[in-house]
Amino acid sequence: MFEKTEITLDELRHLVSNRAIEGDTVLLNMGPQHPSTHGVLRLLLELDGEIVVNCIPDVGFLHTGIEKNMEAKTYEKADVMTDRLDYLNTVGNNLVYCLAIEKLVELDVPLRAQVIRVILTELQRIASHLVWLGTHALDLAAMSLFLYCFREREIILDIIEMCGGQRMMATFFRPGGLWRDVPVEFEDAVRDILRTFPARIDQYERLLTKNPLFMDRTKKIGVLTKEDALRWGVTGPILRASGVAYDLRKAQPYSGYELYEFDVPTQTDGDTYARYVVRIEEMRQSLRIVQQAMDKLPYGPTRSNNRKFVPPPRSELGTSMEAVIHHFKLWTEGFQAPQGGLYVPVESPRGELGVYLEGDGGPYPYRVYWRTPSFVNLQILPLLSKGHLVADLVALIGTIDIVLGDVDR
Amino acid sequence: MDEYITTAVQAITERYAAQASEFRGQVTLLVASEYIVDTCRVLRDEFGFEMLAAQTGVDYWPEQAPRFHVVYQLNSLSHNRRLSLRVPMDGNAPMIPTVESVYPNANWHEREIYDMFGIRFEGHSDLRRILMPYDWVGHPLRKDYPLGYEEVQFSFNYDEIDRRKPYAKE
Repeated sequence: MFEKTEITLDELRHLVSNRAIEGDTVLLNMGPQHPSTHGVLRLLLELDGEIVVNCIPDVGFLHTGIEKNMEAKTYEKADVMTDRLDYLNTVGNNLVYCLAIEKLVELDVPLRAQVIRVILTELQRIASHLVWLGTHALDLAAMSLFLYCFREREIILDIIEMCGGQRMMATFFRPGGLWRDVPVEFEDAVRDILRTFPARIDQYERLLTKNPLFMDRTKKIGVLTKEDALRWGVTGPILRASGVAYDLRKAQPYSGYELYEFDVPTQTDGDTYARYVVRIEEMRQSLRIVQQAMDKLPYGPTRSNNRKFVPPPRSELGTSMEAVIHHFKLWTEGFQAPQGGLYVPVESPRGELGVYLEGDGGPYPYRVYWRTPSFVNLQILPLLSKGHLVADLVALIGTIDIVLGDVDR
Repeated sequence: MDEYITTAVQAITERYAAQASEFRGQVTLLVASEYIVDTCRVLRDEFGFEMLAAQTGVDYWPEQAPRFHVVYQLNSLSHNRRLSLRVPMDGNAPMIPTVESVYPNANWHEREIYDMFGIRFEGHSDLRRILMPYDWVGHPLRKDYPLGYEEVQFSFNYDEIDRRKPYAKE
């Protein structure tokens, strides 16, 4: 009835050293239910006393088959699944998926929609870094910072709720623009953050940057060289902390990022402290981008008026027969995309977030592949943790900044 | 196709009999599976594609030859260029050499492709399932793998439903 495959110790033998087989070192499970693994991550540790000899990550506990599910939905309806991948960067996931569709069917996005996309993505980047900072500090026993970070994060999530109706899974970005225009309160709320937030970042820095306890726990911990970072395909703040000034927003701009002035912060040490410094500075740069975007936010439509791909506004449905037909066609059959595959990457708070989208001429995506930064970055954990204490391993999981929804998809 | 990519594409097409194509400004090379490791090595060492950005598979069932494609997305940070490679492969016991020796991060990507498509990687250091449970039967992203809507089997009617159930073909 069932074909039961038992996993034998022999199959795992190549993962641990010979000392574990002889009983010289101890094998220990950390997770999947462990507060400092930031989700359901299981680590199989081979320990010599308290020193990590080997670390074998075991992922997949949060696998929900999003790629398979998206193949069974029309292009626009599959957009809803994208928020669920990286739940700390929901609008960023929408963005890359919409960019991929817009490239596949050659759809233009109005300027106002592009600018609002940039504002919300950058605010989301700050919110994501705040969760990272709060939990990372909490792992290293700095309790109060966690409370401050989550207080500020809630203000940003309030703005996303104001626009899309939900704090996290708003699916606010749609192929061809936005779901709707932002409300009138939007501008004041964002300006409020721009006014108060720089002082808040200084406050976090006062608590951590020169804190000797924090520096002891992070300096020279988990050093990643530039060569290793490139070999292992690591991207985002981890790559920049190892001395490579590579940011997709600068290198291959999308959604109008070439119009904004900002710096790409880098460090050369490649340790946990350097990654902290890079991420803190990134929050400041994101604020700079939001400031410039708010100043140039133009008036105009927020979704493309190409009716073959974008549903007409509600107001037209009562007066135009053609609008009703388009509405019906787009929400039942969906639009058809040409045959061909393309890969679109963007810079998420964690690194290169890419979508490989392949169409087959029909209304369903033939293949959607998510290149998620957490999945690739988590691979370096065994490399980083070798020879460190178990307590440092907790700092290393925090510094890689994984989101398990992003790893397991 | 700009000058830099053209040189790289020309070198690969001449040396390894690859075919180049372009879609929406992105260049793809169709490479035979026996040359994929050499192609990656040449692209990394001579043309500066130092990062394997992504690697995935596509299933073209019910076609059989070729049924699968493995897609590689290479990224050159120093030249700011991207290039994608495609390797077609047969539906019957698909097998392809691993590129782990050139790009170490192919390790997890290839485990994922093995897990989702059942494509085996020759010479891979640790070819186990990664996302699905280790005792899972079938490979979910294959096109002949059913997506949900299965009848619930109880002990009294297990065999009866089992007979008409659409099973994943290995």
